[in-house]
Amino acid sequence: MRRLLPHPLLSLSLALLWLLLVNEFSAGALVLGALLGWLIPFATSRFWPERIRIRHTGVLLRFLGVFFIDIVRGSFLVAWLILKGPKRLRPAFVEVPLALKTDLAIGLLANTISLTPGTVSANLSADKRTLIVHTLDTGDAAALVAEIKQRYETPLKQVFEEENA
Amino acid sequence: MIDILLSLLILTGAIFTLIGSLGLARLRDFYTRLHGPTKATTLGVGCLLIASAVHFSVREEGVSLHEVLVTLFLFITAPVSAHLLAKAALHLKVKSLAALPAQDTSTAPDPALQRDPAD
Repeated sequence: MRRLLPHPLLSLSLALLWLLLVNEFSAGALVLGALLGWLIPFATSRFWPERIRIRHTGVLLRFLGVFFIDIVRGSFLVAWLILKGPKRLRPAFVEVPLALKTDLAIGLLANTISLTPGTVSANLSADKRTLIVHTLDTGDAAALVAEIKQRYETPLKQVFEEENA
Repeated sequence: MIDILLSLLILTGAIFTLIGSLGLARLRDFYTRLHGPTKATTLGVGCLLIASAVHFSVREEGVSLHEVLVTLFLFITAPVSAHLLAKAALHLKVKSLAALPAQDTSTAPDPALQRDPAD
């Protein structure tokens, strides 16, 4: 089973992606999608050294909810900051110490940070311990780090990394 | 009714895209300029895509879900490109309004690749 289907989640997402791409739901599209979903993980297996496991689906769903709300909130905030004028901005680089270990979780966190209010992830240190984040306007760097850790990192850690919970 | 909803969505989308581009023109250093396209534009394009999905699902038979894909790809690629641009800028020590981070940001500690401070 493990060798025949190394990444079931990836296969499933690829099949779904194919159905969306052809924009029709027919037996032919379904078969071709399933075939692609089965074959592509083998061709790209070097990119997926570890098997992805998702725990706590509830936490993941809540995280997605927070994520979408923050995208909307972030867009309004950035729009407002741009309109207010660049003179009063207080941009800063902030170092976020990471508790995450796996590449996938760190990548997702960096993407989430870039899409949410006033922050863009700028650099991951070579030892993968700290992420440098550029923020458009901040008065309190420590509060920003705490917010990132509490809102995004903790749920990501629970979903992708919790081993013996 | 649908038409009013669609117009509202398209207008909102256009306004946010405009503000995002305005940010590119008005903000004053490379790093702050990155924020406009990654965020204001995300919601702008999001609104336009929702309008497109609603329009084609109502006008033609069947649900149109191509827009879901566009959104997905956009949400994956926009932050990655922003991250790479910021990383490259840090590496080249592009001038910034904020203090550059103290930590060494060059991932390749090869002296030949470092910029000579004299030039």
